[in-house]
Amino acid sequence: MPAKVDRHPMPKQDPRERIRNFNEVALGYPADVAVGEAMRCIGCPKSPCVAGCPVEVDIPSFVKLIAEGKFVEAARKIKEKNSLPAICGRVCPQETQCEERCTLGKKGKPVAIGALERFAADYERASGTQAASEPAPASGAAGRVAVVGSGPAGLTCAADLAKMGYSVVLFESLHSTGGVLRYGIPEFRLPKAIVDEEVAYVKSLGVEVRVNTLVGRTVTVDELFRDGFDAIFLGTGAGLPHFLGIPGENLNGVYSANEFLTRSNLMKAYRFPEYDTPVWVGKRVVVVGAGNVAMDAARTALRLGAEKVSIVYRRSRAEMPARLEEIENAEEEGVELMLLTNPIRVLGDERGWVRGMECVRMELGEPDESGRRRPVPVPGSEFVIDIDTMISAVGTDPNPLLVRSVPGLKLGRHGNVIVNEETGETSVPGVFAGGDIVTGSATVIAAMGAGKIAARGIDRYIRAKRERSE
Amino acid sequence: MHRIVKKEELAPRIKLFVVEAPQIAACARPGHFFVLRMHEQGERIPLTIADSDPAAGTITMVFQEVGKSTCELGTLEEGDSILDIVGPLGTPRDIKRLDTVVCVAGGVGVAPIYPEAKAFHELGTRVISLVGAQTKDMLIFKDRMEAVSDEVHYSTDDGSFGYHGFVTGILRDLLAGGLRPDEVVAIGPLPMMRATCKVTAEFGVKTIVSLNAIMVDGTGMCGSCRVTVDGKTMFSCVEGPAFDGHKVDFEELMARQTRFLAEEKLAMERYQVHSEGCKCRRK
Ligand SMILES: Cc1cc2nc3c(=O)[nH]c(=O)nc-3n(C[C@H](O)[C@H](O)[C@H](O)COP(=O)(O)OP(=O)(O)OC[C@H]3O[C@@H](n4cnc5c(N)ncnc54)[C@H](O)[C@@H]3O)c2cc1C
Ligand SMILES: Cc1cc2nc3c(=O)[nH]c(=O)nc-3n(C[C@H](O)[C@H](O)[C@H](O)COP(=O)(O)OP(=O)(O)OC[C@H]3O[C@@H](n4cnc5c(N)ncnc54)[C@H](O)[C@@H]3O)c2cc1C
Ligand code: SF4
Ligand code: SF4
Ligand code: FES
Repeated sequence: MPAKVDRHPMPKQDPRERIRNFNEVALGYPADVAVGEAMRCIGCPKSPCVAGCPVEVDIPSFVKLIAEGKFVEAARKIKEKNSLPAICGRVCPQETQCEERCTLGKKGKPVAIGALERFAADYERASGTQAASEPAPASGAAGRVAVVGSGPAGLTCAADLAKMGYSVVLFESLHSTGGVLRYGIPEFRLPKAIVDEEVAYVKSLGVEVRVNTLVGRTVTVDELFRDGFDAIFLGTGAGLPHFLGIPGENLNGVYSANEFLTRSNLMKAYRFPEYDTPVWVGKRVVVVGAGNVAMDAARTALRLGAEKVSIVYRRSRAEMPARLEEIENAEEEGVELMLLTNPIRVLGDERGWVRGMECVRMELGEPDESGRRRPVPVPGSEFVIDIDTMISAVGTDPNPLLVRSVPGLKLGRHGNVIVNEETGETSVPGVFAGGDIVTGSATVIAAMGAGKIAARGIDRYIRAKRERSE
Repeated sequence: MHRIVKKEELAPRIKLFVVEAPQIAACARPGHFFVLRMHEQGERIPLTIADSDPAAGTITMVFQEVGKSTCELGTLEEGDSILDIVGPLGTPRDIKRLDTVVCVAGGVGVAPIYPEAKAFHELGTRVISLVGAQTKDMLIFKDRMEAVSDEVHYSTDDGSFGYHGFVTGILRDLLAGGLRPDEVVAIGPLPMMRATCKVTAEFGVKTIVSLNAIMVDGTGMCGSCRVTVDGKTMFSCVEGPAFDGHKVDFEELMARQTRFLAEEKLAMERYQVHSEGCKCRRK
């Protein structure tokens, strides 16, 4: 009975090795291990795992194909629902999604669905058979759609619309596509070559990509409608960094995680001076926050040469929002967790550089609105740590620049766009939105799901409009 | 790709490019800037739109060679192309007709101040321009500034042309002599803008400065460009780059400008070795 076999661990680079390079940490399953892992799946008739996947990948079927050695077919099966499997297999929080519902997880460890998804996608890519599965490029007869933002929401929406026969132009303000996949998530977790290939796939569907175009400034939403676009999708993400609002945050050596990661990832500062963009990291680094962003910043700081990196978080380990796997990876690499600790002041020297951070110890009190126990400061427990670099990873808000420039667009309290969840429609006719701009910072797969829903919503909207005018 | 259709050497180490960027030219307004990236390994650097020609689909940039990126940019010739240009960025200046405006420009700051002076002039505002440079050879944009100003006063640090001393010296004399402009606009190096604000504060004259914080994206997503204005943190690429100069924390900004000094030095030294001496320094 294959169910008795233990879950196959993901092979990884040795922590001592990997903190000195930016190569991918998780190495992926070799084919025989993938087959072995796939054979653990018992093919539950009700497949509870599928209900845990936001885009409803047919997990039992693709896993079975892997078990049968039909790797390319497995990849195609996933792609029926998820056009970016090589990415999702790597960055989905599987432990709270598909794998959390896996029947095997009740007694032992769930099937490694994410690792298998990654395996199938990587195999298909390496075998060079990806192009053969492509549908004919968009004819454009169905209508024209402008998609703003090339993160997972925009890429998915654009790809789906192109497949439906729309002519799609994808606008991106940066010089490169991918959104957070490019500028946020580091190379060692998501190689950029994979993002490039996924974008190439979307282009092969006939989507025209225009980088360096800041919609709202270079061209406005009104102008896009005037230029003949039938509908517009806003997938502009949640890239506006928060700061803590404590004294000293503008000292030299204090970065937002967005700045630190953008310099390193998008601008490749980790290869300075071969690449022109600098990033400075000191010996003693503190990262404030405990989400995926904080883990990525901490691990990047180590690779850039920091001697000691600590995560400072005001709640306890149980509340850390980062993926378990990423916390483990960070700890293996030597990142220290300073839990129940809250920074109250950044201290600087006379030249304006960070020299220390004053913190206060916290304890958990009554549960707050989020159901998590509220951290409260312990009086008199203030202490100072010597640091020379601080990275603030305490969250981001929806990008205000474009959405504030659209008259009549209804926004929520945090500047997020309000949409009809079934269609992605906003309060402005013909304008749709999805991903982090709607939900605030969430996940890659949720953004993709929203892009998909909006593509269907846009299709319905354009057809209805055409029928009325006929 | 953005082709350089014209290159002019305005002064030693100060160059002007006219480049194709039709979408930006169509909507550029005074106070706007853009971010360029020369090539795949290049960094994103912000420069002001010094002029634009919507009909020709071109924008004008004037830059001083101060480090690796600007020196390398200076080696491009007519017909060459710049890989990426994104813009227009920033909040454009709200330019209304006023009685009198004084435009104070330091060094290469005269290029970014020109579109503002021009816009004020076209609305019928009396424009008094004060243009300062280190030495006579470095005084650029003279004809352009004279064409859009009612008066132009010059200063050089070494006295080789016009007033001998800093441009703030002329400003102080004018204000002490009773001139009360509705607004002073100051663009130039940080110490010059700070000094200008000191003078105008004494006389209670509103002063707008254009800050040159270190930027990455230029679209409000990284916070590299943050400055403290009136005690609040602002992202100068979106909310600026123009701010009320009397409210700007110049000390903090000047410190922040040195964030990457060591890396900038290394990049420049490495570049000079590779290119056997930067062209700009040889001249
Ligand atoms: C460091 C980091 C690590 C993360 N790790 C994970 C993880 O492991 N797993 C996971 O599931 N999620 C992770 N996330 C979250 C996930 O990346 C996001 O939820 C997801 O990328 C949101 O997708 P999106 O398409 O809505 O927006 P984004 O990916 O933010 O893309 C928006 C794009 O729009 C562009 N844009 C913005 N404004 C304009 C405009 N006006 N005109 C033109 N273009 C514009 C932006 O430049 C950007 O490219 C992480 C996020 C970060 C920052
Ligand atoms: C809104 C804005 C408009 C500007 N307009 C002009 C202009 O019209 N003409 C002009 O000559 N210069 C302008 N600048 C300054 C110009 O961007 C810098 O001179 C240039 O980036 C220097 O790059 P470098 O590699 O040659 O020099 P470096 O050796 O890297 O740096 C020299 C100095 O330039 C500054 N600097 C470095 N990198 C950046 C960056 N990414 N963003 C901003 N400043 C930086 C720092 O103070 C640094 O000490 C402007 C800056 C801003 C923010
Ligand atoms: S897309 Fe994500 S949630 Fe869905 S099956 Fe794949 S890894 Fe699981
Ligand atoms: S729940 Fe687990 S074991 Fe059951 S079908 Fe899904 S992956 Fe296979
Ligand atoms: S340059 Fe990144 S926010 Fe201004």
